[in-house]
Amino acid sequence: MPDFENEIRTFIVDNFLMGRGDALRRDDSFLEKGIFDSTGILELVSFIENKYSIELEPDELVPENLDSIALLARFLEHKLLLRNPVSELIGSPSSGRSSL
Amino acid sequence: MPMNASASRRQDLLKIDAASETERIVAGIREVVVSRFHRKGAVVGVSGGIDSAVVAFLCARALGPERVLVLFTPEADSSPESLRLGKLVAEKLGAPSQLENITPLLQAAGCYERRDAAIRRLVPEYTARHKCKIVLPNLLSSDRYPIFHLVVQAPDGNTKHVRLTAETYLGILAATNLKQRTRKLIEYYYGDLKHYVVAGTPNRLEYDQGFFVKYGDGAADLKPIAHLYKSQVYQLAAFLEVPQEIQSRVPTTDTYSLEQSQEEFYFSLSLEKMDLCLYGKNQGMPAAEIAPMVGLPERQVERVYALIDGKRNAARYLHSSPVLMEPIDLPLVQD
Repeated sequence: MPDFENEIRTFIVDNFLMGRGDALRRDDSFLEKGIFDSTGILELVSFIENKYSIELEPDELVPENLDSIALLARFLEHKLLLRNPVSELIGSPSSGRSSL
Repeated sequence: MPMNASASRRQDLLKIDAASETERIVAGIREVVVSRFHRKGAVVGVSGGIDSAVVAFLCARALGPERVLVLFTPEADSSPESLRLGKLVAEKLGAPSQLENITPLLQAAGCYERRDAAIRRLVPEYTARHKCKIVLPNLLSSDRYPIFHLVVQAPDGNTKHVRLTAETYLGILAATNLKQRTRKLIEYYYGDLKHYVVAGTPNRLEYDQGFFVKYGDGAADLKPIAHLYKSQVYQLAAFLEVPQEIQSRVPTTDTYSLEQSQEEFYFSLSLEKMDLCLYGKNQGMPAAEIAPMVGLPERQVERVYALIDGKRNAARYLHSSPVLMEPIDLPLVQD
């Protein structure tokens, strides 16, 4: 299973915080912190879809899935588990990691 | 609350005394144009819609119709109906008018090519014969993010809805914003030529929510109806006897080749309902109080309130003047 939290954090910090993400906590709300606007959400969605080769459904584009590093990581874990059996994710070459 | 009482209260909320409001605005226009800016008249870009028509009528009342230049700036994607209705404004006022087709300027700037190239990133089969618009999905029934979709219509009439990527969204936006900025370029050309001010035409909803292009239709020397809700603009239009066809026209943005209703921009709400929600929010009215008047469940009004806040945050950039690194004191010299 990929290290979702770390990968999301890196993307957020590099793309929206100009590399200055020391204060960003895993439970911080992107909306409340004003980390990005509606264009930023499009960027985040594109990043997720390209990075993990998944397609997000319209009903999934809600803050309860995407509004913090922790929420997003948990959402992706469920989403990818539904798509792939756990055995395929462990040590999967596409993930490049074996963190489970 | 019974429905008829709600309807009655709904009408009362945004009711204005059109005659006295007209006089107040007219006095303000005179003060700005003559005393503050020392200009000789006003340029008004008239689109065929209600807002620009009302501004033209107000300027004519304030300055005299001969000192108002009614400017038409159609381009390739404009509806011919817009120009026809715009001309009605100049005719009814007896004001001079000027037609400037901005299509060649936009072509020279690559507006259409750049827009089409951006669209082809998502819809490779898109050609100049296709039509397009961008819309928001219905946001009221869930907490879904306000993410724009592209609607493309093929020459055979088949339509395709695609969720926009950031790259394509920004590509389309940057290209189509050339339209509003080119219009403003021409408006200021005539402003300079005739030593006139340029009057902006946003209503309160557009001004508050940032439904304008920075340095495009957002640029102006004065904005006479920016404090008025859309339904109040209609009340002024009736008082000023704006041509009936313009008063009854369904509002459109007239920016994309496929007709895009303004409701497709305003959270899937009609302008009347959006007006009421914005008014309720501005007056600090709880969602439960305004909900029966809007005809929406309380939960959906709360959702609209949250979307209004989101748009306001995004609009801060649009409203911002260039930021200086330190304040510069420019004392006014009385002349």
